[in-house]
Amino acid sequence: MRDDPPSREFDVVVIGGGPAGMAAAGAAARRGARVALVDAGPAPGGQYFRRPAAALARAAGRAAGPAVHDAGAWRGLVAGLAGVEWLGGHRVWAVEAGFAVHCLRGERERVTVAGRRLVIASGAHERVAPFPGWDLPGVMTAGGAQALLKGQLVVPPGPVIVAGTGPFLLPVGAGLAAAGADVRGVFEANALHALSRHATAVPPAKVAEAARYAYALARRGVPYRGRTAVIAAHGDGELSAVTLARVDADWRAVPGTERRVPCATLAVGHGFTPQAELALALGCATRTDPDGAEVVAVDAGMRTSVPGVFAAGEVTGIGGARLSMTEGEIAGLGAAHAYIPDRFLRRRARLARFAAALRIAYPVRDGWREGLRPDTVVCRCEEVTAAAIGEAVELGAGDARSAKLLSRAGMGWCQGRMCGYAVARLAGGPSPAGRPVAHPIRLGDLAAGASAAPGPDRAERAASRTAEGPGAGA
Amino acid sequence: MVGAGIVGAACAYYLTRAGIDVVVVERGAVASGTTGAGEGNVLVSDKGPGPELDLAARSAGLWRELAEEVGGFEYEPKGGLVVAGEDGARAALEEFAAGQRAAGVEADVVPAGDLRGYEPHLSDGHAGGVFYPGDAQVHPMLAAARLLRASGAATRFGTAVTGLIRHGDRVAGVRTPGGDIAADAVVNAAGTWSGDVARLAGVDLPVLPRRGFVLVTEPLPPLVRHKVYTAAYVTDVASDSADLETSAVVEGTPSGTVLIGASRERVGFDRSMPVAVLERLAAQAVALFPALADARVIRAYRGFRPYCPDHLPVIGPDPRAPGLWHAAGHEGAGIGLAPATADLLTALLTGRDPVPGTGLDPAPFRPERFAEEAA
Repeated sequence: MRDDPPSREFDVVVIGGGPAGMAAAGAAARRGARVALVDAGPAPGGQYFRRPAAALARAAGRAAGPAVHDAGAWRGLVAGLAGVEWLGGHRVWAVEAGFAVHCLRGERERVTVAGRRLVIASGAHERVAPFPGWDLPGVMTAGGAQALLKGQLVVPPGPVIVAGTGPFLLPVGAGLAAAGADVRGVFEANALHALSRHATAVPPAKVAEAARYAYALARRGVPYRGRTAVIAAHGDGELSAVTLARVDADWRAVPGTERRVPCATLAVGHGFTPQAELALALGCATRTDPDGAEVVAVDAGMRTSVPGVFAAGEVTGIGGARLSMTEGEIAGLGAAHAYIPDRFLRRRARLARFAAALRIAYPVRDGWREGLRPDTVVCRCEEVTAAAIGEAVELGAGDARSAKLLSRAGMGWCQGRMCGYAVARLAGGPSPAGRPVAHPIRLGDLAAGASAAPGPDRAERAASRTAEGPGAGA
Repeated sequence: MVGAGIVGAACAYYLTRAGIDVVVVERGAVASGTTGAGEGNVLVSDKGPGPELDLAARSAGLWRELAEEVGGFEYEPKGGLVVAGEDGARAALEEFAAGQRAAGVEADVVPAGDLRGYEPHLSDGHAGGVFYPGDAQVHPMLAAARLLRASGAATRFGTAVTGLIRHGDRVAGVRTPGGDIAADAVVNAAGTWSGDVARLAGVDLPVLPRRGFVLVTEPLPPLVRHKVYTAAYVTDVASDSADLETSAVVEGTPSGTVLIGASRERVGFDRSMPVAVLERLAAQAVALFPALADARVIRAYRGFRPYCPDHLPVIGPDPRAPGLWHAAGHEGAGIGLAPATADLLTALLTGRDPVPGTGLDPAPFRPERFAEEAA
């Protein structure tokens, strides 16, 4: 199963091939470090620079280049990867101190990548606050809709409604409209001009970008409304309509403002949750962001609390591609033991202020909880309803972990990636982010390691402390 | 009651039924310690004749009663199948079972040819086995939560005990950041952390952590009918070695997932999860059930079992600190032993003679036994 060398050792292993990871890998390689960039995707870019596969793009008569945005930044990141070992299609399922990065290449093949230092740039996944009907086919995350469009060139069937909160809704709505989708509106649950209170933190380029998206929507006659939310999705087996309503500052629906509109695709997103499980498995300290997310704590040099482990990008706090690239650069230089120019640190500070302002301007307000019905499914994998979570809380589950153990919410296939935030808010505690097996692995493939030759010397040392006693299967 | 794990919850249930007014103080949520990291084993099969088997046998009967009286925690009296790989192990297993039978445990010798009748997907080549109809399984977190709820005891979750109230020598309650709680008796049911609670009273309780991992598969169609493990498990449980020992215990759950335990290591509260340990558990599970090779592991979790040097729990009053009682140190058997522990503690605390009531001699579980040995 392990054909070519089962493990290889690098100076720096970067986990995650999005903007932060690409920047980190490039920066470390430029300073002479031997660098591996590990990512589950077939090509670098992550979600932000997602592109269709070359063959698909050719078939559609399009260039397989990046999406329209940030072409300059993309070219720089790609050029930086010249001296980097790109390990695409590698899903990381575990990391160990030392450091051993355990991957699955494809579905079955185990590969261990060893590194003296790690940069964790594992990104974020989308956060969705549930509402009745959100589990109907036709309801997807805003990021999922964008990924279908950017990666598969699929234009979802209309009428399309984009809803939730945060500046991310704008490019999703504008992108879908530009691709020809029948977008009937972009609905922001917070106030539209929430950010203007923090105007000093907003870089002019960001103002221009937002204006461009808003203009693109307006030109196509797509309304962009604030304080408006989808409070229910309807359909018999698949989505056919949604109920929109005005919401107050705490996201409670204002009685009398509900209206039902036809809808075949609902793209909904309420911000992002950092994907911190690998950092947590290594014991990296975390902190809670103002928006309630558990993020990896780092210093100005992007060092985590664990020596040799750096973190960059959304995993240290949601902040967008620009901030991620800057953080990646700093982390990559640090991991290569190189000097970090002051201007990078200043740029990061400036972008981080803007990111913090965004998080304050577009929070998820708890009023969504009042819109749940007892039979609203909160955990889709295990089909756990709001009533069942309420029962667990009543039984003494005062935090998300206990609520999960008592109700099975978050114990299914996605392991709470989708519902973790909602369960935590319903139980009244932080999300349980620890997840030592970060990606499903066949028992047979896991077992094969027990009899295989020992891994890299670092991994071997880590293992030999515990791997004494009778052999496997004895 | 300090601790809302399975032992604290069971004690709360039996004490309130005896008319005692109970407040449960728990620094986390219900079952948030070792109870929430276990498999829910209610085993008689892994215990040789002696005080622990007496406690386990009594407990197995009480779990049956609790499933009727309280319920709602997935009680499954499925039985356990222990298999031996070769003839030497089979002979040892059969001798072990004969001793258990003499102590009143049902243990049926299963010839190699009949093993598939119990477990159709079991691998080839086993020399034989023993079936224990008395082994059962519960959902440990739900069991603790339901018993605690049914007890009607007051609960203070998210409340750490930071000190004890003393009236002279006597322990007269607990101190918490939320205020003092006066009590005639303080029961230390803090499991792996019970040594810390004992220290608040100035007494030594030698309870230490023994780390273990459990692998969880994706939900599968029914594949494993009983609790199935190899004879090596019994020697591992009783072992005094600090090194890693793994002997897979494989079982299905009502939700379709298959649980694979259990490794044992004494590494303090080290929260890392070495891949080599997971690999060995996986290899042993696949060796028992080859069809599991295609099942995907979606989760793994760790726990820290509370173990005492003599592998017996600590149950009863602490003469070194009058007013302080212990119900702790059950190692990996806390779920199984909780009801009998609670019943015994209740008999002692209410002044009933435990021997006619519970059939249990409390002497082997006395908290002061370690200090006496050292003296």
